[in-house]
Amino acid sequence: MENTDKIIEGTITHSVLHKANTRGHADHGWLESYHTFSFANYQNRERMNFGVLRVLNDDRVSQGMGFGKHPHDNMEIISIPLEGDLEHQDSMGNTTVIKEGDIQAMSAGTGIFHSEYNKNKDQLVKFLQIWIYPNKKNVTPRYDQITLDLNDRHNKLQQILSPNPEDDGVWIHQDAWFHIGKFDNDFSTSYELKKPGNGIYAFILKGDFTIGNITLNERDGLGIWDTNTIKITANSANAEILLMEVPMEL
Amino acid sequence: METIHILYIGRHLEILETVIRLINANENWNGVGVMNDEEAEEIFLRKDFSLVLLGSGIKEESEAELCTFFKNINPDVSIVQHYGGGSGLLKSEILLGLCNNKI
Repeated sequence: MENTDKIIEGTITHSVLHKANTRGHADHGWLESYHTFSFANYQNRERMNFGVLRVLNDDRVSQGMGFGKHPHDNMEIISIPLEGDLEHQDSMGNTTVIKEGDIQAMSAGTGIFHSEYNKNKDQLVKFLQIWIYPNKKNVTPRYDQITLDLNDRHNKLQQILSPNPEDDGVWIHQDAWFHIGKFDNDFSTSYELKKPGNGIYAFILKGDFTIGNITLNERDGLGIWDTNTIKITANSANAEILLMEVPMEL
Repeated sequence: METIHILYIGRHLEILETVIRLINANENWNGVGVMNDEEAEEIFLRKDFSLVLLGSGIKEESEAELCTFFKNINPDVSIVQHYGGGSGLLKSEILLGLCNNKI
């Protein structure tokens, strides 16, 4: 098949834009969640996934509250804390706390149970919960958590996840690469996709950006496929972006 | 409204119980869960299922054999891989599965 991927004079030809205010919303009192893709009671046939990226939940959990013990299987689950401290316990014996700058990855595989609570008594915990379809079913469950140097993402893209245990960041059972960048106003950079055929989903954590010819604001999401590279420009100070490169086929 | 019968097969008992509880929380859905293939085939012969959910721990050979068996008995049944082991994706998988034949 001919590669139609092109950014011609800044124009992206294959993309899907999810504006922040079009996401699904659930308010359970203790939990407020915005769903980029269909999840639980938010069902939208047009918003099922972007390639193997199946869940992108933007969660806010009240002080001392959280998700009680519940199961998962056959999914790569990544949590990225944005504010506050999240306490994690699981059936593999892990009891940990993750905070801004940490990345948590779980391969649910044949089955795990876990709980996640806001450890703080005085502030919300805000975090992203991301689910990626695995490239192999029924793997042995595993848990990983790392702390990253926040200075390593200033005006550059810091790799936080890859398929390779020896590479930077956490690793998962999928040919996916995640990066976070925190940019000064007007700072520009490019991202070269690691694997042919992969797509890239950009999610704006803070501030405003332009990717190709598309302007993005806080919590907007943009999926791009059939491309080898994207150009990213920050349009505000301390603008923060999460890039998720994922296979487009399960 | 007609009740939709759903068969879940998975090797992890606690996840099986969770999935069945979640299915049965919906007024018009009736879920039955089994852990082994013989039981799955036996119950499939006795009840008219609209959808089969394949959970975790099932080997590829078993999965293929089960799919062939179910389709031979009922070519219209939807067979869907269940991912996530809980509430997040279950509703989407069932609703989509009832519209399309997945396997």
